[in-house]
Amino acid sequence: MQEYEVVVIGGGSAGLAAALSAYENGLNKILIIEKNSSLGGILNQCIHTGFGIHVFNEQLSGPEYAQRFIDKLDNTSIEIKLNSYVTKIDKDKTIYYSNDAEGFQVIKAKSIIMATGCIERTPGAIKLEGERLSGILTAGLAQRYLNIEGYLVGKKVFILGSGDIGLIMARRMTLEGAKVLGVAEIMPYSNGLRRNIAQCLEDFNIPLYLSHTVKEVKGKDHVEQVVICQVDENKNYILGSEKTFDVDTLILSVGLLPYNNVLEDLGVQMSSTKGAVVDENYQTSIEGIFACGNALHVHDLVDYVTKEAMQAGLGASRYVKGLLKHGKYIETKNKNGINYVVPQKFCLQNIDKEIMFKFRVTKPFQNVKILIQDGDRTIKSIKKMFLLPSEMENISLNLSELKDCKSLSIEIMED
Amino acid sequence: MTYDVAIIGAGIVGCFLARELSQYNLNVIVLEKDNDVGNEASMANSAIVHSGYDPIENTLKAKLNVLGNAMFDKICEELDVKFSRIGSLTLAFNEKEVETLKMLQQRAFNNGVDVEILTYEQIKQIEPFVNENVKAGLYAKTAGIVDPFNLCIHAMENAIDNGVTLILNENINKIIKENDLFILNNKYQSKVVINCAGINADEINNLVNKETFKIISRKGQYYVLNHFKDEFVKHTLFMVPSDKGKGVLISPTTSGNYLIGPSAEETNKFSKSTDLKTLDEVAKQANLMVDKIPYYQTIRTFAGLRATPSTHDFIIQESDTKNFINVAGIESPGLTSSPAIAKMVVEEIISKMLPLTKKENYNPKIKKYIKIKELTLDEKKKMFAIDKDYGTIICKCEQVSLGEIKDCLSRSCPPHSIKALKKRLRVGFGKCQGGMCQAEALSVLAKFYKVDKKDIMYDNLNSYILYSKTKGEN
Ligand SMILES: Cc1cc2nc3c(=O)[nH]c(=O)nc-3n(C[C@H](O)[C@H](O)[C@H](O)COP(=O)(O)OP(=O)(O)OC[C@H]3O[C@@H](n4cnc5c(N)ncnc54)[C@H](O)[C@@H]3O)c2cc1C
Ligand SMILES: Cc1cc2nc3c(=O)[nH]c(=O)nc-3n(C[C@H](O)[C@H](O)[C@H](O)COP(=O)(O)OP(=O)(O)OC[C@H]3O[C@@H](n4cnc5c(N)ncnc54)[C@H](O)[C@@H]3O)c2cc1C
Repeated sequence: MQEYEVVVIGGGSAGLAAALSAYENGLNKILIIEKNSSLGGILNQCIHTGFGIHVFNEQLSGPEYAQRFIDKLDNTSIEIKLNSYVTKIDKDKTIYYSNDAEGFQVIKAKSIIMATGCIERTPGAIKLEGERLSGILTAGLAQRYLNIEGYLVGKKVFILGSGDIGLIMARRMTLEGAKVLGVAEIMPYSNGLRRNIAQCLEDFNIPLYLSHTVKEVKGKDHVEQVVICQVDENKNYILGSEKTFDVDTLILSVGLLPYNNVLEDLGVQMSSTKGAVVDENYQTSIEGIFACGNALHVHDLVDYVTKEAMQAGLGASRYVKGLLKHGKYIETKNKNGINYVVPQKFCLQNIDKEIMFKFRVTKPFQNVKILIQDGDRTIKSIKKMFLLPSEMENISLNLSELKDCKSLSIEIMED
Repeated sequence: MTYDVAIIGAGIVGCFLARELSQYNLNVIVLEKDNDVGNEASMANSAIVHSGYDPIENTLKAKLNVLGNAMFDKICEELDVKFSRIGSLTLAFNEKEVETLKMLQQRAFNNGVDVEILTYEQIKQIEPFVNENVKAGLYAKTAGIVDPFNLCIHAMENAIDNGVTLILNENINKIIKENDLFILNNKYQSKVVINCAGINADEINNLVNKETFKIISRKGQYYVLNHFKDEFVKHTLFMVPSDKGKGVLISPTTSGNYLIGPSAEETNKFSKSTDLKTLDEVAKQANLMVDKIPYYQTIRTFAGLRATPSTHDFIIQESDTKNFINVAGIESPGLTSSPAIAKMVVEEIISKMLPLTKKENYNPKIKKYIKIKELTLDEKKKMFAIDKDYGTIICKCEQVSLGEIKDCLSRSCPPHSIKALKKRLRVGFGKCQGGMCQAEALSVLAKFYKVDKKDIMYDNLNSYILYSKTKGEN
């Protein structure tokens, strides 16, 4: 049986960076297994620019960003299997995959990095009301049809949810000649990046209906009408506020969910982000199995995916070389105003200089402090003008700040 | 060509009628308005093979339910359909309901169904998830669950293999009788017509007869939960029927998912819409039985329409017009009864209209379907040696390979739409609901049928997915 030092599952931006980092940190037998016929993952269908601002100081398109990493693979010993899907892994790190060239294969790995990306929340998951019709589809699927297959899914479009993909698609479909009649967002604030609201909606005069949701979808075989309605603080309909739009398409951009069917089957401890619980090296509850990228928690910027994956690659290389120490874990707690923190735990002995914590707030805040504490001791306090749930925050702490640390919590202090 | 029998409607009743008739030397045609078989009530129901304790004694419902239930092991073996006798528990929460259970036990006895009343402690042993306030339950071992999609599809595949003709997208709206022959939609001539048009059976009847019954449409809404690793309910859990209705059920499905529902509300005959208010009500009722239902695992909600007849029992008889047979008002337990209904119609009614001689080469079995996900590694490797396409996984959530899709397309009742493919192989039925694989599945269908991708429909003929090619792609 083939044995690798590290097998990376998923060849998107996370998988690519993780594999390269493992290689740069001294591993040689590295394999990337990717389901699609090319590397790059979701980046391949993101033909808009806005990638790489932090990593390359440039505004690249998705495929361009991916290509920078794909090019680097050339001079390495990293092996790649495309069109190959991993269906199962065992606790002893046996990996089962299949493709149309080798059939059903079983390989062994000393370590595994899960970089399987995310899926979109579906009409079913949000219990969308109304008829089940064609013409209701998620934004990422509509994006794939448009940017990869070359087809527009409709001419008159309404969008539910202000997630970034929906916003990007509002602009993209408008440029392709479709009419986007509006975007409804159930929350009183947008769930997309501020720059996307400005560049994708405002610049095209597409109305954003905050505190609104779709109450009904009507039609016979295909969408004919969408009825939206305002909601109160408890998300109950405010009857009488209904507006009806004659459209042929309803696009949903209502959130992304880490996709971890393989990890779930394996019985790895999962967190509220629907990704695995990980430590400072992105190691999961099973030793030697790491997770990063959108499979761990959904990122809005690819640059942070890359950085996270590099750390996971480094972690895997240290694990393989036996350099990871078995120290005591300190838990990170999300308190007031913080939705989640990654990593959920850390071991001081395995931190070189600093550690980055990533988190999202539960709702928008203005003029507040982010407070990081060890019990009663304030480690750091950071003033923030704006905090939005749609924008992932990150804070790095160095070892000296964490000296003698026994617990760690992050919370929002309002004045 | 003149057909011996024309069947209107390819729901489960039409599919089993076609299969039952296909054993004989008859020319049979099935006319279905939708782009697939089993596209109405037969695909949106609780998928329970009822034991038969519930229908009132001496009704057709009682008789055919019990007969039908007994036929499932053999039929599902022949037709390669998932079926499992997991048993049902009807739960009572107070003394009055316990009394009702005793009445149902007596009814079960009269109907010839083996049941047993269990105490809370006994129930807890076999079904640990039920709430503590359960007083007793009626346990029916013979109740089962079935894959209703493939029950229809495989029955029709088998019928077609044995010579039946299926015409899809043919909405029957005109029937005239001339010289003892029926002419349907000015196109199809037949000696005998069977009306099994589900919710529309009254309208079809009225094309040739005076109105003798009405079909009322009653909607039932459900939650579908994903399959997950943790333990959950293992039996079909019912509530004790009351004057308020039958109540909701919680049940595993043959694919490891869970159904919670249905509601019951009168509607028009077109709307299969769902609404949160009703679904909240369904959840409240279901929580009475099990309070730890993982609703966050919901992957879909849906509604089905019951064809409730004004006569309150199945209508299975020759109509006032000679050789025109109504099989109408087939509401629950219609799925369970369907094989017995087909047998009854053929043996008791059609046998008096047409000579029935058996075909020599009739084969009751279909070729087994390969399910890569369920094979051992060695078996998978063998399949790969036969066809490399078994190695390419198209649907990730349900792990369905290209080879399986191609096999399905080569069958005699193949999928023409994304939804038809989903019903057959579960492609796009999982957690991502096709978000990840629909584009690939659509490409496979377009390639197979040699059409442009935009000609592949989601379901019926007007349900396009792709509207137009973009500027750059002409
Ligand atoms: C539509 C969209 C627009 C975005 N826009 C921007 C932007 O403008 N700027 C920006 O900086 N960031 C943007 N982002 C964020 C960022 O690009 C993504 O978060 C990042 O690319 C995710 O990378 P990933 O490797 O974690 O996941 P993915 O790119 O999804 O890669 C996962 C890969 O794993 C493969 N895979 C999954 N399961 C298996 C398996 N079992 N076996 C084998 N292979 C498997 C998949 O095929 C896929 O290729 C956007 C994200 C999306 C979704
Ligand atoms: C909510 C719900 C839950 C249920 N649960 C169960 C259960 O757990 N167990 C059980 O045994 N039974 C159950 N049933 C009952 C069962 O589903 C039905 O009895 C059964 O599916 C009826 O089959 P059918 O063929 O008569 O009707 P249908 O499946 O509705 O088929 C009728 C067909 O006729 C076609 N048609 C209609 N009009 C025309 C026309 N003009 N021209 C051509 N074709 C036409 C339709 O397109 C359709 O394909 C349930 C029903 C519902 C609604």
